[in-house]
Amino acid sequence: MSAARPPEGAQHRSSQSEGTPVSAATSLTPAVQTPLRMFLDEFLESRVAVVALSVLGLIVLLAIAAPLITPQNPYDLATLVLTDARRPPGFVGSKGFTHWLGTDAQGRDLLSAIIYGLRISLQVGLMAGAIAFTLGASLGTLAGFIGGRTEALIMRIIDLQLSFPAILLALVLAAMLGQGKWQLIAALVTAQYAYFARTAHGAATAERSKDYVEAALSTPLSAARVAFRHVLPNCLPPLIVVATVQVANSIALEATLSFLGLGLPVSEPSLGMLISNGFQYMLSGRYWISIYPGLALIVLIVVINLVGDQIRDQMNPRLKR
Amino acid sequence: MLAFVLQRLMQAAVVMLVISAMVFVGVYAVGNPIDVMIAPDVTQEIRQATIRAYGFDQPLWKQYAIFLERLATGDFGRSFVYNMPVLSLITSRLPATLEITLAAVLGAALLGVPLGMYAGYAPDSRVSKTIMAVSVLGFSVPTFWIGLILIFTFAVSLGVLPAGGRGDTLSVMGVEWSFFTANGLKHMLLPSINLALFKMALMIRLARAGTREVMLTDMVRFARAAGESEWTILRRHVLRLIAIPLVTVFGLEFGSTLAFAVVTETIFSWPGVGKLIIDSISTLDRPVMVAYLMLVSLLFITINLTVDIAYVALDPRLRARKTT
Repeated sequence: MSAARPPEGAQHRSSQSEGTPVSAATSLTPAVQTPLRMFLDEFLESRVAVVALSVLGLIVLLAIAAPLITPQNPYDLATLVLTDARRPPGFVGSKGFTHWLGTDAQGRDLLSAIIYGLRISLQVGLMAGAIAFTLGASLGTLAGFIGGRTEALIMRIIDLQLSFPAILLALVLAAMLGQGKWQLIAALVTAQYAYFARTAHGAATAERSKDYVEAALSTPLSAARVAFRHVLPNCLPPLIVVATVQVANSIALEATLSFLGLGLPVSEPSLGMLISNGFQYMLSGRYWISIYPGLALIVLIVVINLVGDQIRDQMNPRLKR
Repeated sequence: MLAFVLQRLMQAAVVMLVISAMVFVGVYAVGNPIDVMIAPDVTQEIRQATIRAYGFDQPLWKQYAIFLERLATGDFGRSFVYNMPVLSLITSRLPATLEITLAAVLGAALLGVPLGMYAGYAPDSRVSKTIMAVSVLGFSVPTFWIGLILIFTFAVSLGVLPAGGRGDTLSVMGVEWSFFTANGLKHMLLPSINLALFKMALMIRLARAGTREVMLTDMVRFARAAGESEWTILRRHVLRLIAIPLVTVFGLEFGSTLAFAVVTETIFSWPGVGKLIIDSISTLDRPVMVAYLMLVSLLFITINLTVDIAYVALDPRLRARKTT
């Protein structure tokens, strides 16, 4: 895989760049055509995916830099001025700065609250996704690898959990565990690890019968090492596809739970809570309290889904003619 | 086949028992319902009497045993809040949820599958790119947000449809249905659309993926070579091939839609079982929570069992293997 294959790479690129001559000029010189580079080239050819990825990058940057760029810290209750509450966009507050998107019912600057909300959503979504990924993939690979009754037992539990809708599971768990970021992450992980486990199990079962596994097992390496260092990396492609879907799902699920009043505490407003707080004002015409957080949430989820779509389409072997 | 069904039924019974135990323990760990039921300033005697009357002073396993005993006679207990038998409470609100769920699922299937098939048949046309873009939105946008937008557009700005609640009902076969009245239909429209959008987006994407894969197979190539029209190919070959996974997802998604109705019912104040569970979580109405979760599990297990059996019956490859 490390040998340079310029003819194949060039052919691949030229067959794909019919009608888009620009990409032939901007793609890399055919030095070493690794699969990763081919993947990236194909990704960069889809304009929608590139735009989505840049927007996602922008959101991540905003989220990381939140304390530096927002005029107000929405978590610090001392900085809120109640008389500034429910003001329309463009209003100049008593602290002297302009509320570009208006204020909400507690006097929070909506722009700051949205950026902090995006930050929390990304944190919770990525963390829940990462933990669910690790847990589910390990469990599924082990189950697929060990086989026998352990596998049957684990997969029965996983199937059972998969037949339950994630939202109900997350709802009940969030109600049971109470409010708080880590309780919410625990609820989300429990609702989602099963998807990773099932995918990993399917891939591991397919890999288990391959020759290299038998060869690796005949060496002094332990079975666990073979499972995690040899089999698991080859199961990654479908797992990555599931991961992109699940991160978006985590964010949507977290927002739904916050909207219903469970999940994050009131002092750490996530986008869902902002939307639910603003719901009551929508019928009286103060649309900005609900609409703008909602738009931010939608943009976040849509770009993650678009990037995930492109990755998914590229990795699907049945679409390659 | 019979052995398969019997085995799955037994497994289902075991699963139900395990779930009932987990749900019971979990719900009883949520909080102390005594504080919700009686005023905080009553005397100790009244408090003790109430605790004894509801059996809260018994150890947990004993409460569970009593619960199972009552369950054997079909008695799910009485709701703490409504003070009526839980089973009749749930069944009185079930028709409302079923209405919007059925309307949503049917609408999603009837609209989504043809749109998705077209998008898969001509994936590079502008129409299908628009369909896919809209479906990404329908898929990503959380249900509660679409509900808000629908209320804002139709109820507040345009004022043509009601913003919530259920319309007039007509009693058919002893059950109150609202879609037989014009007013009821008007109230039903927005919640059903809200529920349907997510499902429709899912159906569109599934139909598109399936159609795209099938159109590349040899089967379609041979059919074209035999001179069949594109329309016949789509109708007779593609539709039948993508029907199996679609029906499976359809069945599983029905249960999921029932769960998602929780959010829709909260936004539109639709008096269904979804709103019941949210309310009972916030008021710590334990019997209702336990009963609802158990009934939902039962529903899901039944749906999964039916889908599994249907799968074996539909897919000839699985059937052949089962008879050996």
